[in-house]
Amino acid sequence: MINLSDFLLVSAGLFCIGLYVILTKRNSIQVLIGIELMLNAAILNLVAFGRYDKISNGGQTFALFAIVLAAATTAVALAIILNVYKKYKTIDPGKTNHLKD
Amino acid sequence: MTMVKIMFYLLGFIVLASALFIAASKNLVRTIFMFFVTLMALAGLYVLALADFIAITQIVVYVGGVLVLMIFAFMLSGRDTLANLQVQQNHFISFSKLPALLLALIFFIVMVNVLFRTDLNNLPWVNDAIAHKNVIAPNDAMTGNIGVSLVTHYLLPFEILSILLLAALVGAAHISRKEQSA
Repeated sequence: MINLSDFLLVSAGLFCIGLYVILTKRNSIQVLIGIELMLNAAILNLVAFGRYDKISNGGQTFALFAIVLAAATTAVALAIILNVYKKYKTIDPGKTNHLKD
Repeated sequence: MTMVKIMFYLLGFIVLASALFIAASKNLVRTIFMFFVTLMALAGLYVLALADFIAITQIVVYVGGVLVLMIFAFMLSGRDTLANLQVQQNHFISFSKLPALLLALIFFIVMVNVLFRTDLNNLPWVNDAIAHKNVIAPNDAMTGNIGVSLVTHYLLPFEILSILLLAALVGAAHISRKEQSA
């Protein structure tokens, strides 16, 4: 089977790409996608380690929880982004810099 | 080089390449569709890590839920919104991206360094698990096992998560509703 280190290398690469996406994009949706990439890197780690826990299934169960949490995060974040667009007419995170107009 | 290894490297390459495309692309809709490719390839990687139930959940929740939500939110919110979201300043290699690139690269180097120093293929608890036959074999059916441990050992996190999900969805619906004269 595949070594643990191979999975962790792919996951580390995915995490760093997600970090780069978050830091550079000028669009909240793309920042959100970067966050999802980092979450998926973490889930890949959980699943790769979960192979060595057959009886209590720690890794796979918490991967499941993380996926569901990511879905809830996206729903709330998209609602917030749509509201920010209604108020500011932009979703550039660098330009939405005051709470009240 | 077995078939499994070839599939692993193929899927890992697809994951990293599509993520890099997301990082390079300016177009929002293209980004979302490339994210779809990343998620599908990641589901394949989960299958190769012998977590078939997680892979199916990934496809159902992420591809069927999250991605459709993203596309809906922007296709349904009017033409001018969509056009405004796609227009972005187009500068090639801008100087402002250099710190981010540097940070991501340094982070990657640190993580790879840690991975190689820990001697990952000989971790004590992993060796322990292998010695006690606590490793998932390729022909094990794990779905029933996950279901049983979800409602016995992990019942409290499961219930907390269900409350949290309910609160998040009600909150999202409340935030995104139209303003009315209350």
